[in-house]
Amino acid sequence: MKKMKAVFFTLLATAALSVFLIQSGVHAQPQAEQAAKQQPKQTAAKLLIQAPDTVTQAPKMAFFPCSQCHAAMPANKTERALAFHAEIGLKHMPTGWCYSCHDEKNKDKLKLANGDLIDYSDSAMLCGQCHGATLKEWQDGVHGKRTGMWNGSKVYDNCLSCHDQHQPAFKAIKPMPAPERPEKIIYKKKK
Amino acid sequence: MIKKTRKHPAAINLDRRTFLKGAALGAAAMALPPADADAGILEGFFQKHFREMNDEEIKKVIDRLEKDYSKQFSKEVKVKVTKPMENVVFGYGLDIGRCIGCRKCVHACVAENNQSRDPQIQWISVLKMKKGAKIADFESADRYYQPEQVPEPGQFYLPVQCQQCENPPCVDVCPTKATWKEKDGIIVIDYDWCIGCRYCMMACPYGARRFNWSKPNIPSEQLNPNTHYLGNRPRPKGAVEKCTFCIQRTREGRYPACVEACPVGARKFGNLADPNSEIRKAMEHFRVFRLKEDLNTKPQFFYFFGVKANRAEGGK
Repeated sequence: MKKMKAVFFTLLATAALSVFLIQSGVHAQPQAEQAAKQQPKQTAAKLLIQAPDTVTQAPKMAFFPCSQCHAAMPANKTERALAFHAEIGLKHMPTGWCYSCHDEKNKDKLKLANGDLIDYSDSAMLCGQCHGATLKEWQDGVHGKRTGMWNGSKVYDNCLSCHDQHQPAFKAIKPMPAPERPEKIIYKKKK
Repeated sequence: MIKKTRKHPAAINLDRRTFLKGAALGAAAMALPPADADAGILEGFFQKHFREMNDEEIKKVIDRLEKDYSKQFSKEVKVKVTKPMENVVFGYGLDIGRCIGCRKCVHACVAENNQSRDPQIQWISVLKMKKGAKIADFESADRYYQPEQVPEPGQFYLPVQCQQCENPPCVDVCPTKATWKEKDGIIVIDYDWCIGCRYCMMACPYGARRFNWSKPNIPSEQLNPNTHYLGNRPRPKGAVEKCTFCIQRTREGRYPACVEACPVGARKFGNLADPNSEIRKAMEHFRVFRLKEDLNTKPQFFYFFGVKANRAEGGK
C-alpha cells in the first residue's frame, strides 16, 4: 500500500508540474518576443570592456545617419565603382561588398555574420569576427593604443581610430623633425 | 746723500691698521648677498641629499624651488615629491614590429619633461636599422633619418631610452650618489647633487643619459608646470638627465607621455607585479627580449615583435 501511495503521489506531482510548465511557457513566449522587439539584442560588444574603462568612438562619419538617403534606396548588391562614396575604395578582403558588413534593411546598423545587428559604436565586434586573435589582444591591451590611467580607468582606441575600415592598411605618415647633429649644436655663452 | 722716495701720484697713504679694517669690512660685505639676490642661494648651497632629508626639510626645499621656478618662468610651477606606490614595479614594452619611426614619442617627451630646446636635448633616440640587420648592431643604425614619409621600405625602427635596469651600472659609478633606483624600479637623479662628472653617461650601455652643457633654454609658454623633484623640474646647468618613465605622471597612475603619443600603439606600460597588466600580457603573448642582455643589466624595458613585419604601406 505504501508503495502504491508513493507512485500515485509522484505521478500527480509530475502531472501538476508539466501543466504548470506548459501554461507558463504559453504565457512566457510572447512576452520574451516582445522584450526582444523592444530591446535590441544585447551583443557581446557591449560586454567587452569593463566598467571604468571606455572605448573611443569611431571618427565621425560625414553623412550619418545613413538612412537619411538610403532609407528610400533599394539595396544594390552588385560590385561596381561607386559614384557617390568614391572615397571608400574598398581594399579590405579578397571578396565581399557593402552588405557583408552593412545591413540591407536598416542602414544605420552593422550586421554580424550571425545576422545580429549592432551599432556603429560596437564595430569592434564586427572586426573581431575575422580578426579574433587581434580582438583578444586588443581586449588584453597588447594590440592598439590605450590612454588614461595604467592602474585605473582607461580609454581604448577602437579599431577605426587607427585603421580605415575600408582600407585597413596603416598609412605612411610624415615623421617629426630629426634631432640636431651634435656638431651643429652651438653652446652659447652667457649673455 | 738725499733719500729719494718714489711716490706714485695716485697713491694713498695707507697704514696697516686702516688697511686691515677696510679688508675686514669688505669681506663682511662680500658675505652678504646683494640686495636683488634670491634669499635661497645660501639654503640651496647647504641643501642635503634628497634621501637624507625628512619631510619637513623636503617641504622647505620644494617651497624654495617652486618660488624660484615660478619667478624664472613667470608662471606658477608645481614641484611634487610623489612617493612610489606599494607593490608596483614599472615595466615597459615596445613593439618593434609596429613602430613606424615617426618620432611623435620623442617630441611628446620633450614637451612633457621640459628638456632644453636650445641646445637641443631629447631623451628618446629612434634608431633606423636595415631589416635583417642584427639588432645589437647599433653602430650602423641611423638616428638622423628624415624621409618624406615613414616607414621606409626595408627598414625598421628601434626607439631607445633609459631602460630602467634592475642592475643599473650608472648608479654604481656615481661618486656623489646623486642617482639611485627607487622602489618602483625607476632610476632617478637628484639634479642638485649631480656634480656633472658624467661617469654615469660612460657607464650606461644604452646611451640614455644626457648632459646639460649649458643652461637649459625652455620658453616659459612651453614649460610644463606640473613637475616632480626627481623628474621633469627644470634642470640646472651641468646636471645629467634622462627618462624617468614620466615619474610625475606614472606615480599618479597615468600613462607616460610617449605611450599616449604613439600613433600605432607600439608602446605598452604597466605594473610588472600585476599579472593582469598590459606589460605582463605582452610578455605572455610575445617573445620579448631586452637590449644587450649579455651585460646583465636586466632592463625593465622589453622589446618584442607583435606582428611579423611592419605592415604599414611603406614598409611592405
